[in-house]
Amino acid sequence: MQKLYLLVPLAPLLGAIIAGLFGRYVGPIWSHRATILLVFVSFLASVRIFFDVMEGNIFNGTVYTWLITGDTRFEVGFLIDQLSATMMIVVSFVSLMVHIYTIGYMHDDPGYQRFFSYISLFTFSMMMLVMSNNFVQLFFGWEAVGLVSYLLIGFWYTRPTAIYANMKAFLVNRVGDFGFLLGIAMILMYFGTLDYASVFAQSSDFAKEEIELFPGMPWYVISVICILLFIGAMGKSAQFPLHVWLPDSMEGPTPISALIHAATMVTAGIFMVARMSPLFELSETALTTVLVIGGITTLFMALVAVVQNDIKRVVAFSTLSQLGYMTVALGASAYSAAIFHLMTHAFFKAVLFLGAGSVIIAMHHEQDMQKMGGLKRYMPITYATMFIAALASAGVPGFSGFFSKDAIIEAVHFSNIPGAGFAYFCVLTTVFVTALYTFRLIFMTFHGQERMDKHTKEHLHESPWVVTVPLIILAVPTIAAGWLIDPIVVGEYFRNVIYVAANHDAIKQLSNEFTDVVGMMSHALSTAPFWLSLTGIFAAWYLYCVKTSIPEKIKNQFGIIYNLLDRKYYIDEFYSWFFANGARNLGTVLWKYGDVKIIDGFFVNGTAKVVAISASIVRRYQTGYIYHYAFTMIVGIVVILTFWLY
Amino acid sequence: MSSGFPLLSLIIWLPIVFGVAVFATGNDRNAVLARWIALVGSLLGFLIALPLGSGFDTTTSAMQFTESYPWFERFNVNYHIGVDGISMPLILLNCFFTPIVVIAGWEVIKERVSQYMGAFLVMSGIVNGVFASLDAVLFYVFWEASLIPMFLIIGVWGGPNRVYAAIKFFLYTLLGSLLMLVALIYLYQTSGGSFSILDYHQLPIPFAPQILIFIAFFLAFAVKVPMWPVHTWLPDAHVEAPTGGSVILAAILLKLGGYGFLRFALPITPDASHYLASTVIVLSLIAVVYIGLIALMQTDMKKLIAYSSVAHMGFVTLGFFLFNAYGIEGAMVQMISHGFISGAMFLCVGVLYDRLHSRQIADYGGVVNKMPAFAAFFMLFAMANAGLPGTSGFVGEFMVIMGSVKISFWYAFLAATTLITGAAYTLWMYKRVIFGAVASPAVERLEDISKREFFLLAILAIFVLWFGLYPYPLTDVMHASVDHLLNHVSNSKL
Repeated sequence: MQKLYLLVPLAPLLGAIIAGLFGRYVGPIWSHRATILLVFVSFLASVRIFFDVMEGNIFNGTVYTWLITGDTRFEVGFLIDQLSATMMIVVSFVSLMVHIYTIGYMHDDPGYQRFFSYISLFTFSMMMLVMSNNFVQLFFGWEAVGLVSYLLIGFWYTRPTAIYANMKAFLVNRVGDFGFLLGIAMILMYFGTLDYASVFAQSSDFAKEEIELFPGMPWYVISVICILLFIGAMGKSAQFPLHVWLPDSMEGPTPISALIHAATMVTAGIFMVARMSPLFELSETALTTVLVIGGITTLFMALVAVVQNDIKRVVAFSTLSQLGYMTVALGASAYSAAIFHLMTHAFFKAVLFLGAGSVIIAMHHEQDMQKMGGLKRYMPITYATMFIAALASAGVPGFSGFFSKDAIIEAVHFSNIPGAGFAYFCVLTTVFVTALYTFRLIFMTFHGQERMDKHTKEHLHESPWVVTVPLIILAVPTIAAGWLIDPIVVGEYFRNVIYVAANHDAIKQLSNEFTDVVGMMSHALSTAPFWLSLTGIFAAWYLYCVKTSIPEKIKNQFGIIYNLLDRKYYIDEFYSWFFANGARNLGTVLWKYGDVKIIDGFFVNGTAKVVAISASIVRRYQTGYIYHYAFTMIVGIVVILTFWLY
Repeated sequence: MSSGFPLLSLIIWLPIVFGVAVFATGNDRNAVLARWIALVGSLLGFLIALPLGSGFDTTTSAMQFTESYPWFERFNVNYHIGVDGISMPLILLNCFFTPIVVIAGWEVIKERVSQYMGAFLVMSGIVNGVFASLDAVLFYVFWEASLIPMFLIIGVWGGPNRVYAAIKFFLYTLLGSLLMLVALIYLYQTSGGSFSILDYHQLPIPFAPQILIFIAFFLAFAVKVPMWPVHTWLPDAHVEAPTGGSVILAAILLKLGGYGFLRFALPITPDASHYLASTVIVLSLIAVVYIGLIALMQTDMKKLIAYSSVAHMGFVTLGFFLFNAYGIEGAMVQMISHGFISGAMFLCVGVLYDRLHSRQIADYGGVVNKMPAFAAFFMLFAMANAGLPGTSGFVGEFMVIMGSVKISFWYAFLAATTLITGAAYTLWMYKRVIFGAVASPAVERLEDISKREFFLLAILAIFVLWFGLYPYPLTDVMHASVDHLLNHVSNSKL
C-alpha cells in the first residue's frame, strides 16, 4: 500500500516530465496519452487507497528526511486519512476530466505539450499538498501549485494582460504565504516540531499561552498562529482582501480555470484550515476572523458576479463567493460541511467552467455574454450539463450544491461564535444573489435572442466528444454527490480527522435535526434559502428572458452602485496605487537618495574627494624646488631648537 | 584526521600551478592551448577536491586534513591549514565553480585569453587558501591576494566604467582588511606570540578590546559580504565585470566575508558579538527590506541581481547573529545556495549579453519566443532566486526565518518580507525580459542556447533542485562544527 501512496503524486510528475522535457520528441499525441494515462493511474491508486482508508487503515509515515537542523528533523511524509483520501479522489478525478477535455480545447495550440506538462505538474503538486503530514511539505505543495498557477495564467505569454495577471496572482499569493510562513515559524518555535500529529497532540498545552507582539498587549499564541495561517488561506483561497488575483486569473486557458482556479487549488486554503482544526478550535478570535472574512467574501463577490458580462468572469466571481461559503463554514466550526461543499463545488463548478469553455470554443473565443444567446439549440449537451450545474450552484433541492450549502447555512445559524450573526446574514442573502447570477448566465447564454454575428452563427455546433464526455461524467456527481451528506457531514466519516470543541456544537445540532436526505429536502421547502433561491431563478428568468429591457433601466437608475460593482469596489485601483506604485516610489527614493546620493555620493565618493582635496593642498608643499625644502628645514630646526633650549 | 598525503595543499596549489602554466602560453596565438590547460586544470582541481568531501568525518568538529609546517619561525608564523564542516563545503563550492567559469568564458573571451583563464585558476587556489588557513598571517596573505585577480578581471575585461569599478572594489575591501590586520597584530601580542587562529579562539580578552577587535573584523567582513551600508561597491563591480567575474564574485568572493564572521568574529570575540548582535541584525534586516525595494527599480539586469545578492546575503549575516543552530546552519546553506543561484542568474544574463550586448531590461522583451529552452532555465533560477520551495533558495531563507522568530517575531516578520519583494523584483524582471511579444528586431534574431550553455545551466539547475529537495547532506557535514561553534560562543571569554 505504501508504494501506492508514492504512485499517486509521482505518476503525474512522470507525465509532466515526459510532456515537458521530451514533448518535442514524443509529439503531441503521445504527450497527451502519457499524461492522461499517468493521471488515470493516479486516480485508480487514489480510489484503491480510499477503500483502504474506509477499512480503517490510516497511514502516517515518513518517506525521507529532508533536513536536520538543531534538534529538529524535517521530513517528507504522507498522512493518509479520510480527509486526504477524499481530496485525492476529488483532485485526481477532476484533473483526469480536465486532461481529457484539454485535448479538445487546446488541440490547435502551439503549446500543447507544455500545457499537458503543466497540468500534470499541478496534479503532482496538489497531491503533495493534500497528502502531506507536516507543514514544510504542505508549504512546498502550497507554493508549487502557486508556481503552476503562475505558469498557466501566463500560458499565452505574448498577451500583456496574461503576463500581468500571472505576476499579480503570484505576488498576491506571496502576501498570503508571508503570513503562512510566519505562522509555521511560530508553530515550530512553540511546538518544536512541524509534524502535524505531534503539533496537534500538544496543541491544548498552548491554549492559554500568551505572547506580546506589541508591548503591553498580550495575545494568545494560538490565535496569532491561527490568524497567520489563515492569512495564507486567504491568499490561496482568494478571500477578501486578497481575492484580487482570482478574477484576473481567467486570462489563462479555460481548462485550468476549471481545474486550478475553481475545483482544486483555490480550495487548498479550505483544506488547510480543516486540517488544522485542532488548532483553530482553540481560538475563538481566529474563528471569528474566519467567519467575518468568509461572510464578506460570500456576499460582496456574489454581487459583483451579477454585473459581469464576460462568461468566465461570472463563474470566477461565483467561485469567490462559493469559497466564501466554505470559509464561513470553517469559521462556524462546521469543517465537515466546508469539505463537503468543497467537494460538491469542485464538481458543479468544473462543469460550469468547462461548459463555459465549450461555449467559448463554439463562439470562436468570444466571451461576452451580450453577444451570445439562444445557444441551447446548437449545443444541447453543453446546455443540459450546465443547466444541471446551475441548479446545483443555486442550491435547488436534490442537486449536490443544495445539500452542502444548506448544511453550511444551518450550521452558521446554530453557531454561537461571535460574528456568526453577520455571516448568517451574508450567506442567506447570497442564496438569492447566487441563483440570480447563475441563471442570468444560463439565460443570457443559452436562451433568448441569438445576438452573435452571422459568421459565428453559421459555425455554431456542439463541441467534440473529448469536451462533452467529461462534462457528462462530471454532471453525475454534480447531481449525486449531495446524497453523501449523511456520512460526510452529519455522520462519523471525519470523526478521527477533524476535531471540534464541545462548545462549538453547530454540526452536532445539525445532526440532531437531520433525519435523512429526503427529510432534509422536504424540510427545506419551508425554509428561507429555498424560497430565496427560487426567487433568484425567477428574477433572472424575468429580467433576462421576459422583460430584457429592465436590466438596462436598473443600470441607468443606480449608476453609482453599478459602477461600484462593475469596478469591483475599486480595490484593484487602490492596490495598484497604494502598493504597486508605493513600492516603486519607495524603491526609487531609496535608490536615488539612499544609495546614490547619501552612501555613494556623500560617504564613498565624498571620502575620495576629501582625500583628493587635502592631497591637492598638501601637494603644493611638494614643489620640487630645493630652496623651498631648505627653507622649510631651517624653519623646522629653529622650532626644534626653541623647544630644546627653553 | 591528519593523513600523510597533503591533499589540502594540493587543492590550494594545483590550480595556482595550472594558472601559472596558462599564463605561460602567452599571447592569443596560443588561445586554444590556454583554454584547454585551464579546463584540465580546473577539472583536476575539482576532482582532487572530491576526496575532501568523501573522506570528511562528519562526527567531529576538530580540524581535518591538517598540515602544519613552520614558515617564519622568528615570528611563530606557520603554514597551518585544515578544514572543518564550515570551510569544507565552501572549498567544494569554489572548486566546482572554477570549471564553470572556464567553460563560460570559452568562446566569449577572445582577447588575452591566457591571462583571463589564468587569473581565474590562480584565484581559485587563493580562495581555497583563505578557507583552509588556520594561521592568521597565512589567512591574511591569501585574503589580500584574492583581491588582485578580481581587480584585474574587472579592470581588464570589464565594461566601459571598469576602472572606477575596479578601484572602488579594491579600495573598499582593502580599507576593511587593514583594520583586520591591526586586530590580528593585537591578538598576536596578547596571545604571547601566536598567529594560530585556533589559539585565538581560546584566548580570554577583556570586554573593551573585544569590542574594538570585533569592529575591526566586522568592517573587514561586512564590506566583503557586503552588508548595508557598505554594499555600494558590489553593484558597480558586477555591472562592469565580465560574466565569469560576476559569477565568481557573487558565488565565491562574497562568501569570504560570511566565512570570516564564523572563523574570526564570532569565536574570537563572543561577548562583543552578543553585545552587538542586535546592531548587526538590524543592518541585515535593512539589507533585506531596503535593498529589496531598490532592486525592484533597477533597469540593468546585472545591477538588479547584484542588489538581490545583497538582500540574500542579508539573510546570511542575520542567521549568524541569531546564535542558534537554525540561524547559523541556515546562513551556511544560504551561502552555498546563493552561490549556485546567483552564479546561474549571472550566467543567464551573460547568455543574453553575449547575444545583444545589452544588460538593459528595456532592450529585451518576448525572449521566450526565440529562446524557449533558455527561458525555461531562467524561470527555474528566477523562482529559486525568489525562494520557491523545492529549490535551494528556499532552504536557507526558511531556516533563518525559523531561527529568527525565536529571537523576535518582528525580526522574522521583516526577514519574511523577502517572500514578497524577492518575488516582485525577480518576476517583474523576468516578465519584462522573457514574456510578451517579440519586442525588437534584435530580439527577433536571437538564437537559443548552444550546447555549451545548455550544459552549464543544466548542471547548475541540477544542484539548485537537488539541494532544494534534499538539503540533508549539506547540513549533515556542518552539524558538528556548528554545534561546537555555538557552544563556544555561548561561553564568555572575559
